Amino acid sequence: MTMKSSTRQVDGVTIVDLSGRITLGEGSIVLRETVRDLLSKGQKKILLNLGEVNYIDSSGIGELVSAFTTAKNQGGELKLLNLTKKVHDLLQITKLYTVFDVKDDEAAGIKSFSK
Amino acid sequence: MSADRVSYTLDSTLETVNNAEETAGRMAAEAGFDDEEIMQISMAVREAAVNAVLHGNAYDPSKKVTLAFERTADDFVIVIRDQGKGLDASRIPDPLAPDNLMKTSGRGIFLIRSFMDVVEIHPSKTGTELRMIKHVHGNPADSKEAPQ
Repeated sequence: MTMKSSTRQVDGVTIVDLSGRITLGEGSIVLRETVRDLLSKGQKKILLNLGEVNYIDSSGIGELVSAFTTAKNQGGELKLLNLTKKVHDLLQITKLYTVFDVKDDEAAGIKSFSK
Repeated sequence: MSADRVSYTLDSTLETVNNAEETAGRMAAEAGFDDEEIMQISMAVREAAVNAVLHGNAYDPSKKVTLAFERTADDFVIVIRDQGKGLDASRIPDPLAPDNLMKTSGRGIFLIRSFMDVVEIHPSKTGTELRMIKHVHGNPADSKEAPQ
């Protein structure tokens, strides 16, 4: 299954609903282009909903890091929402869990962005 | 002791990466591993295939990747070879080091080592052979990494 991405706006925050696999190739490219597109349009509060992402490889992890850094360098904020156990475990063993701002409740995640 | 071995010769393409992962998952399931172990094995094979196709053979259509699975009484052994310049594993930075934590690549070998019980990397001028072992469920063998 390839990755699907859709975006919605809630209280000034862009929620990106991702589903499928973030892996080398199409999945990573979709994520990269989605985040770059949002930032270029000035949508700099980004909440990546990974609740339906069932698989991620090292390229996908690299793409999450890249998205986080790109957003930060452009004065934005990128946070993660609803990690599946697989993604959670991968971020733990790569020591990235504490680097990312991870939320498990959408409403609280939206409120956590600076006004 | 019975042993079952199967090997494949594959093109240096992204499709090979996906096929290798899928085959590994299927064979791990047939070997009796649980869901968590199947995920670990298939992901380790995916990462090894990515290294072989991208970093080893650099998508060169004249170069092949060979992938072999062997099931013994104690172990599930996977060997993947490329025809690249040879990977110097000692030069791979530690992805957990603070200076490397935010790098966008360099986690593949680390994940393979995290998921498999034994990992050996044998580089040569004609390519790299990566051999990895997952002990069969219930095997009390030590989980130690072999010297390179």
